[in-house]
Amino acid sequence: MISSLFSVTVLVGILASGIRLATPYLYAAIGETFGQRSGVLNLGVEGQMLLGAFAAFYIVFVTGNLALAVLVAMIVGALMGLAMAFVTVNLQAQQGISGIGFYLFGVGLSDLLFQKMLGTVETVRGFPKISIPFLSNIPGLGEIFFNHNLLVYGAYLLVPIAWFVLNKTTLGLKIHAVGENPEAADSLGVSVAGVRYFTIVLGGTLSGVAGASLSIGLLNVFQQNMTSGLGFIAVALVYFGGWRPWGVLGGALLFSMVNSLQLWIQVLGIPIPSDIAVMMPYVLTILVLVASVSRVRGPSALTKPFERED
Amino acid sequence: MKKTVRLFVLFVLVALVVGACGTPATQAPAPAAPAATEAPAMTEAPAATEAPAMTEAPAATEAPAMAEPFRVAVVMPSAINDLAFSQSMYDALLRVQQEMGGPDKFDFVYSENMFVVDDAAAAIRDYASQGYNLVIAHGSQYGSSLQEIAPDFPETSFAWGTTVDTFGQPNIFAYEAAADEGGYVNGVLAAKLTKSNVIGVIGPIETGDAKLYIDGFKAGVTATAPDVNVQVAYIGSFSDTALAAETANTQISAGADVLTGTAQMVVGAIGKAEEANVLWFGTQSNQTSLAPKIVVASQVYHWEGILSQMIDLINGGTLGGQTFAINLENGGEVIEYNPDFTVPADVKTLADDTVKGIIDGSVTIDMGQ
Repeated sequence: MISSLFSVTVLVGILASGIRLATPYLYAAIGETFGQRSGVLNLGVEGQMLLGAFAAFYIVFVTGNLALAVLVAMIVGALMGLAMAFVTVNLQAQQGISGIGFYLFGVGLSDLLFQKMLGTVETVRGFPKISIPFLSNIPGLGEIFFNHNLLVYGAYLLVPIAWFVLNKTTLGLKIHAVGENPEAADSLGVSVAGVRYFTIVLGGTLSGVAGASLSIGLLNVFQQNMTSGLGFIAVALVYFGGWRPWGVLGGALLFSMVNSLQLWIQVLGIPIPSDIAVMMPYVLTILVLVASVSRVRGPSALTKPFERED
Repeated sequence: MKKTVRLFVLFVLVALVVGACGTPATQAPAPAAPAATEAPAMTEAPAATEAPAMTEAPAATEAPAMAEPFRVAVVMPSAINDLAFSQSMYDALLRVQQEMGGPDKFDFVYSENMFVVDDAAAAIRDYASQGYNLVIAHGSQYGSSLQEIAPDFPETSFAWGTTVDTFGQPNIFAYEAAADEGGYVNGVLAAKLTKSNVIGVIGPIETGDAKLYIDGFKAGVTATAPDVNVQVAYIGSFSDTALAAETANTQISAGADVLTGTAQMVVGAIGKAEEANVLWFGTQSNQTSLAPKIVVASQVYHWEGILSQMIDLINGGTLGGQTFAINLENGGEVIEYNPDFTVPADVKTLADDTVKGIIDGSVTIDMGQ
């Protein structure tokens, strides 16, 4: 039975579902990377995702307009980010606690809106699969890489863009400076508050898209609390990835691939208790994290509010 | 100054959160007494819950004798519209209300989405202290909380499911669903309808009601067509819709042309089944509305029968100590077919015979563990 794991169908299946499963993590974790690089830990990602997921779903449910739905999800996420930025930058609230507050707010509000505006689980026509001409016909590889919906492709395009912005632009340099030494950045004329506002709002925007990628991309349903801890795993992936977009990509793919591997192990009837199987992605992620923890160091000013000394 | 601002903001946040979470949970469907709908919101004042308990409880037991409505409170792990476990109880309470003659005779309130057991325990204690005749803890995870709470309210009746354990308490009813029976019937139907001879099952966590349903389903398939391969995958969560959907994709890639699954996260899977045009069998609630083209049948829980029995017992002075089970025989489980999906006549006959066989004992469900 173990040997059946190595058939082409199974390998293609594992890789293709791993790519899909990683999509929401990528949006959310890349957004969170920006925030954390500038020194702000946002634990409210899950709440932002839920509101984004609901907003996108509702727009599609009512209008059928997918582009508008993504736009609204982005705006909703951005507004959540704006509120988070106000609380952590202007009011200098403890970041962990306020993040959890925003998470609970997102859970509660998305649930309330769902109850009032939909009332029951509905389905919509979300983003269709787009088979990229020619490339999607390559045996195996086509199915793995070139037969997904637009939001899946977008998540992977985001990685090099984020890398470029963080490492090759002045903005990236400012974000880095604000996250490492806000006092020094401030004395050089960089607006610490401005940069942090930008990164947190960007993070919220991307979390909104992460939610949309579930509710109108991968699932086409909305249900209460449907993110089910995904947003927190995304925060963990930022640490896992060492605050670098490519590292986040690696972490998201590793976690998702192992998750799809364990599904296949169960489906093929390989006799491993299901409780052990579902633990596999988490255990492996922890092991890799432990092994790599000494290698990378987070932004020095992470979770520290900045108060200008005049 | 900064401190006060921060504190204020935190307070506002907490208030918003409580507001947002509290509102849907405490909305009673029918015009319930306003005091009652406030109940879960008061969970933060433990002092208040203890004190009135003693004074109010005796009054509550006398209530049914007078023209007061029978008052029920229920605490549920997911939403009343989850198309699964919690909805089955909510729908049953509505039917009981209708049977008994409306909110004047039977009044109920609920707290949904109580996935945090501590919150559920606080809600159960609150409801008990407010003198409800019957407080239902609809989730096996609430058992140990109930074991602690029930002795403090000897005049209140509690019901707990799905389980068979009343903890030997005179004021706890236990209820469960023989999920394997409907699972078996679904399995018989599935075995007849699969063409690829591969059937996929999507489970939450390998325990309780879910395991019972899935084991019964497997037994039904195997008894009907021993050569059909039933692939079971548990995803380790009752709420991870995304993983449930991906499991459905995986099952379909592995050749399954009929799927089933249990718990509220399966709505993700049903969507994938519809996209791939493979058949779906539901359980707990009628899931036809999610995908009218591919849902064949659902095992639906009708708790109202055993609820009525409990109410009669409570009115007669028995507050607990008994165990109930819904099954095909007592009408607590019903196989509801999708009217838009045509099941071949011989298959339908076989399913009906299976139901009869389970009821009269000529069909035994061999889960061969």
